[in-house]
Amino acid sequence: MQRRSPFLIATLAFGFAFLYGPILLLILYSFNESRLVTVWGGFSTKWYAELFRDEQILDAALVSLRVGVFSATIATVLGTLSALMMVRFGRFRGRLLFTGMITAPLVMPEVITGLSLLLLFVALETAIGWPAGRGVDTITIAHTTFCMAYVTVVVRARLAGLDRSVEEAAMDLGARPLKAFLVITLPMLMPALVSGWLLGFTLSLDDLVIASFVAGPSSTTLPMVVFSSVRLGISPKINALATLLVILATVTILIAAWILWRQERERDRAVSQALAEDKGRHATGRRA
Amino acid sequence: MIDTVVPQGPAARPEGSRPGAMQRRAEAPPIIDIQDVVKTFGDFVAVDHVSLTIREGELFALLGGSGCGKTTLLRMLAGFEQPTAGRILIGGQDMTRTAPYDRPVNMMFQSYALFPHMTVEANVAFGLRQDGRLPRARIRERVREMLDLVQLAPFAKRKPHHLSGGQRQRVALARSLAKHPKVLLLDEPLAALDKKLREETQLELVCIQERVGTTFVVVTHDQEEAMTMADRVAIMDTGRIVQVDTPHALYEYPNTRFVAEFFGTVNLFQGVLVEDEPDHVLIRSDALARPVYVGHGISAREAATVWVALRPEKIAISKQAPDTPHNWDSGIVEDIVYLGGISTFHVRMDGGALARVTMQNLERMAAPEITWDDRVYLSWRHDNIVVVTS
Repeated sequence: MQRRSPFLIATLAFGFAFLYGPILLLILYSFNESRLVTVWGGFSTKWYAELFRDEQILDAALVSLRVGVFSATIATVLGTLSALMMVRFGRFRGRLLFTGMITAPLVMPEVITGLSLLLLFVALETAIGWPAGRGVDTITIAHTTFCMAYVTVVVRARLAGLDRSVEEAAMDLGARPLKAFLVITLPMLMPALVSGWLLGFTLSLDDLVIASFVAGPSSTTLPMVVFSSVRLGISPKINALATLLVILATVTILIAAWILWRQERERDRAVSQALAEDKGRHATGRRA
Repeated sequence: MIDTVVPQGPAARPEGSRPGAMQRRAEAPPIIDIQDVVKTFGDFVAVDHVSLTIREGELFALLGGSGCGKTTLLRMLAGFEQPTAGRILIGGQDMTRTAPYDRPVNMMFQSYALFPHMTVEANVAFGLRQDGRLPRARIRERVREMLDLVQLAPFAKRKPHHLSGGQRQRVALARSLAKHPKVLLLDEPLAALDKKLREETQLELVCIQERVGTTFVVVTHDQEEAMTMADRVAIMDTGRIVQVDTPHALYEYPNTRFVAEFFGTVNLFQGVLVEDEPDHVLIRSDALARPVYVGHGISAREAATVWVALRPEKIAISKQAPDTPHNWDSGIVEDIVYLGGISTFHVRMDGGALARVTMQNLERMAAPEITWDDRVYLSWRHDNIVVVTS
């Protein structure tokens, strides 16, 4: 084997250490006996027990999950529609500007998004009485707006790469446009829809800034609880919470990767089998 | 085309493998009637005043280079594009504005466009299920029938990405034939296959067409493919139809230089009509030392500019000078291309033009050897000449 340069090995090691060192440290200290986060006092799982006794954190986790599921779902529907419009509508004057505006929330500073949404909600409440006060609804709406931009980008890429003639073939065989879309195009978009949904869900779960602007007194999300408790002094409980989140994320990614890998392997096997059979058919045909 | 040359020799007799079928088709009623159809995309005219009749049971080919409008014309037959002007009749009914899902035609796409998330079986059944009238058992039976037709029965439960290219092509064919369409439209059906498989599949397609009796309209850019498969061929160029005829007639009696050059190889010599009689004409060309004597009258006036078209296999090559006053010239062999069955001689004529002459290698072995830099004499019969005026 070829000898690799020590510089490259050092770069690799440093890179990984930089990325994953803090996370490993965090997981390690979640099993710390000591009340002090930075001093090792022996192994213990007591902070996990304490975490599950903390009503405030559990409530916040529930709020976060609800907001995440709803906003990711609504964003997937709206994002798919906007992606469809952008790919299928054809050229028109100002198309570039329009495309840019749909994806602008991706780069918009969160503070501005949060503040502008807050102003909108307050204005709406005075004008039509809805949404009454700020709470889970307003956070969901706010998260939907920026998640939609991400879903649009993901679905648009998939849609643009799709062979249009597949949908045409469905119509040619007698399916009306709506049915052709639902039965043929939508299943082909499924991977993009799933990853768009997951992306939206993760972003929503993660968001602190926008949620802080549009949240009400009764609706505290998980990141808000974590942030406020850290300000009062770091509790090892938060380490335990973070560890659980990291494990959850890792397991989800591993499952997704495993499913993809299995599909790939199955396809490769079937393709080589089909090729072998095809060759066999021609060989026998010639002998006959 | 206005300046059609009317050959007055023996009538064009098609030489397809199935003269009986050809005869029957000649009397069959039209199934597709394209009437003065125009299609523009912005400033670009894709299809330019095309009128065409396709008869029932025919295997019809639309042949042309890329961008000649053949695919646009096919998509208008399928209903995916709307003509800017003109009418399209299918089975006697005006279908110019009918949606694709309401037309009695089906299409086989160049990319095959199989539904990737459905099995082979479900792909073939898709069209049959759309009506909602067919009982389930009947659908199963029909799917079975179609898969047997294309020899894919053992693959019924496979997904398309588990199939080879040739198998996918057959699934696409089975799917588009399942609904008993009045017309099957095929967009470059063999373009994605490799050469060997393509040649086999050409004949397979013809066999299947014979068996099911459906009218096939094939779009292709491959002249040989059109020649092998089609009963009649329409040659398209820049949105217009240049000539519609049997492959035999297109090859023997092209009506323009474009057709002569597109459909096979040809040697073209520009000349002037110097003698115009009902039973023969004389053409003088700067490229040839002697005048060309054509054994039939042509529809051009004296002193008109014409082109003499000579197919490479219809020129005889010899080391002896003929003793006739017309229809021969001499030159030097510049190159010889050996192609197995035949050889092609590239001869630099004394007038400066390059002529291509082919010879069966069987014949070549028997004749006195002709080699590089030999002085040779090229001659042709007066009834083997095609004269085109445009």
